[in-house]
Amino acid sequence: MTAGEFRTVTVTVDGRRVTTEAGRTVAATLMLAEDRLHWRETRFAGKGRGLFCGIGVCFDCLVTVDGQPSLRACLVQVAEGMSIETEPMDG
Amino acid sequence: MADTENTYEVAVIGAGPAGLAAASEAAAGGAHTVLIDAAGQFGGQYWRHADEQSSSEDPAVWHHGWKTYTGLASAVDDAISAGKLQYLPASHVIAAEAGSPFSLSIAPVPESQPEHQGLTQIRAHTVVLCPGAYDRQLPVPGWTLPGVMAAGGIQAFIKTQGISPGQRVVLGGTGPFLLSAAASVLQAGAEVAAICESSDLTGWVPRGVSAALVPSKGKEGAEYIALLARHRVPYFRRRAVVAIHGDQRATAVSTARLNRDGKALPGTERIIEDVDLVGLGWGFVPQSELVVQLGAQMFRDADGSLVAEVDKDQQSSVPGLYLAGEITGVAGATAAVAEGRIAGRQVAGLRGGGRPPRSSADIKDRVLRRNHRLFAQAMHRAHPLPQQWPEWLTDETVICRCEEVPWQKTKEAIDSLSAEEPRGLKGATRIGMGWCQGRMCGQAADCLASSDSADVAQAVARRGPAIPVSLRALAGESGRESS
Amino acid sequence: MQSSPSDVLIIGSGAVGAAVAFFCAKAGLSVRVVDKGRPGGGTSSRCEGNLLVSDKEHGPELDLANYSLGLWRGELAEFAHLWEFENKGGIIVASQESSMASLQRALQVQRQHGIEVEEIDVPGLKELEPNVTDQAVGAAFYPDDCQVMPMLLTAHLLRMAREAGAELLFDTEVTGMVRTGDQIQGVRTSQGTYYAQTVINAAGPWGAEVAELAGVNVPVGPRRGYVLVTEPLPPMVFRKVYAAEYIDNVGSSEEGLQASPVVEGTQAGSILIGSSRERVGFDHTLNPEALQMIARNAIALFPFLQETRILRHYFGFRPYSPDHVPVIGPDPRVPGLWHACGHEGAGIGLSVGTGKLIAQALTGEQTDIELGPFSPARFDTAAVPEGQEVP
Repeated sequence: MTAGEFRTVTVTVDGRRVTTEAGRTVAATLMLAEDRLHWRETRFAGKGRGLFCGIGVCFDCLVTVDGQPSLRACLVQVAEGMSIETEPMDG
Repeated sequence: MADTENTYEVAVIGAGPAGLAAASEAAAGGAHTVLIDAAGQFGGQYWRHADEQSSSEDPAVWHHGWKTYTGLASAVDDAISAGKLQYLPASHVIAAEAGSPFSLSIAPVPESQPEHQGLTQIRAHTVVLCPGAYDRQLPVPGWTLPGVMAAGGIQAFIKTQGISPGQRVVLGGTGPFLLSAAASVLQAGAEVAAICESSDLTGWVPRGVSAALVPSKGKEGAEYIALLARHRVPYFRRRAVVAIHGDQRATAVSTARLNRDGKALPGTERIIEDVDLVGLGWGFVPQSELVVQLGAQMFRDADGSLVAEVDKDQQSSVPGLYLAGEITGVAGATAAVAEGRIAGRQVAGLRGGGRPPRSSADIKDRVLRRNHRLFAQAMHRAHPLPQQWPEWLTDETVICRCEEVPWQKTKEAIDSLSAEEPRGLKGATRIGMGWCQGRMCGQAADCLASSDSADVAQAVARRGPAIPVSLRALAGESGRESS
Repeated sequence: MQSSPSDVLIIGSGAVGAAVAFFCAKAGLSVRVVDKGRPGGGTSSRCEGNLLVSDKEHGPELDLANYSLGLWRGELAEFAHLWEFENKGGIIVASQESSMASLQRALQVQRQHGIEVEEIDVPGLKELEPNVTDQAVGAAFYPDDCQVMPMLLTAHLLRMAREAGAELLFDTEVTGMVRTGDQIQGVRTSQGTYYAQTVINAAGPWGAEVAELAGVNVPVGPRRGYVLVTEPLPPMVFRKVYAAEYIDNVGSSEEGLQASPVVEGTQAGSILIGSSRERVGFDHTLNPEALQMIARNAIALFPFLQETRILRHYFGFRPYSPDHVPVIGPDPRVPGLWHACGHEGAGIGLSVGTGKLIAQALTGEQTDIELGPFSPARFDTAAVPEGQEVP
């Protein structure tokens, strides 16, 4: 990738401090900074889900942001001090 | 709620290629216009790009037609600065009612702005609806594993984040968009392990004429092919990703050669190992819920999509409702821009009463529209869905991602519960009742509950609200006081 | 094409038509069901699946509710899992002293008529529904209120009817009656003519239209009701919970918009939120005001709901009968025509009682409860005058 200048942003993910770049979505932060592909658990089979449609249509990537539940991680832009809560799972 | 401040001559819904074109023309023609878009910045899906506030990167590297975008965006920006156009970003029209004027209920998009103010009601004498489209999906064993994405989702990620969400990628499905997605992955420095195109592409041959009409598409295609050749990307025809393997995440795929009907041929299966991202795309689904709510006449296009009828000026069967872009038939961004411009000029020009005069630009757009539509029809015929795709499924394959409905249960409902039609299937299995309201499994349900009828597809697409909306937003102002 | 005549031809394959088909086929009658659309495609796919005693006044509807309850829990208990039958109980919450007083008065009457209900105080309420509003001043608990998934109910009743020999014909619209003199002999449909000993009008909110084809007035019409469906959540609402005003609305004949909160969880995790009632004909246009009223009411009853998202809203057309009593039994004005419609918002719960009573009556058995109070004989004897609007 062509790395331009970027500003770093610090957020918390399930209480951990995570540094990412301004302009990242929450989904990209979880994938790139945390190396996670899934952050939500399905309610019947308990399977992991993360980004699927990537554009806000499938609602698979839901997270809680600053206390507000069920937001699409693919659409939320990170902001300094943002608190992100996921459904942590094994693996 | 009947506030004259909230009444416009023209409401344009969607700020992708069609919507930007419509809004810029409507405002340029002097119409008091509002542009409503769910995203926080212009572009729609096609010109989706990095956050303008924080990125210094030039989005042009990831895009085709970026000059067209910047031209449209600055025209719209100028109209906003001049007070001719009101722009409502991060706003989703959740309900629309036809009439004179039209009435639109708009919800804040909670990912971008707080929901405290509740719904906004807007009235407009004409509406130009440009709702765009999303990737069409077919279920396949393993498609719910993390690391499996819509092909368009992969490209959206690259366009906004400047990096590929996976390092070794397999793309499968049908249509030229797979090439576009592959090009984005390569450009982002990742590897494309294979592209599996289910069609044999022989459909193109007798219709070569249509392709010749659209030289820009030919050039784009040639660029992709050169790029893939340079990276030695294996490109397979009449082959599909028939299963995705992995425990916590996708790590391998099975591909198989298909027979004419789309059945996997025994003995042709190959496994591609060490994959960390799988992209699936079977064409596109136009977002139809608002058109259905508004009651416009619809039909099934050559690709099976539910699309709306428009006249030569982009007006639907509902007087005052104009449509542009994929909702009139999936035909790509160039056609969408042409349609948007035609619609925008028309709605602005009609304000005086008479017929707007035809400018040379308008005539050019009409030719462009015709050629791209012809091209799109040929493309759809060359990329049919493999009819026997359910043969790839196992009993455990999830059909509806949200409600986790397996194939076994789906078959039982079709066989014994009179659920051989999409609505019955939904009631008997919960397919399509979850978060996405059937947008991901809709194509599957449509194929399984065999129905060619546009009426049935329309009944299924009668979704309200157009996106999930909190009770707080529905309740409006006084919702806050009740807690 | 000539099909063989059946003992019974049922118009409508909603929950009521399906239940009539099931009990008739089980009783050994030959059954044919015709529907202009798909099974449960009308009201049954757009309702909440209530089996309630808590909202009933004394009288024939309560008798039918109690009778149906016995069937749900008795004869049909073995199928309960198929349609997600849940004996969850209902709670009526009063949030003001004045509404608590009217609730207490209502309880007394209901008790006299044998409805099982217990008054509960605020701690008792919080134990049953920890997430209910702190504004509550008292409540009543109805252990007999139940819920089913209406589409599964309809689909399985039809399946079992078919397995017992019934023939199901969908996308088959009834366009006229075949008659010899006064006697109905069958129906003409978009797919041909079907003869039957008895034609049963189970057309729900279209009941008046079907009756009109036979030249009689059965004033059952649509009353529109919204339901909001939330995102799936872990269990937050455990019973069917509604506010004291709901009972007044159910029994109302007002034409304007009324809304009172009814909130309940489902086995699938989504919460169903009702309800509004408005008599606007078969109007399919959205009423944002109705949605706003429902949302406000629901948040007042369960404050946590304000953060909860609505995935979809839909409205159904409840088959409204002017005296709130369903229309069940033979039509004395037209030999050969029976009715099983007009159950308004209670059709799912009352469907099985209706079906069984009709099967008993048709096979010449003594019906378990009197059909008299449900008889269409209570309506005027004349045919619908030209141009008169059916309510």
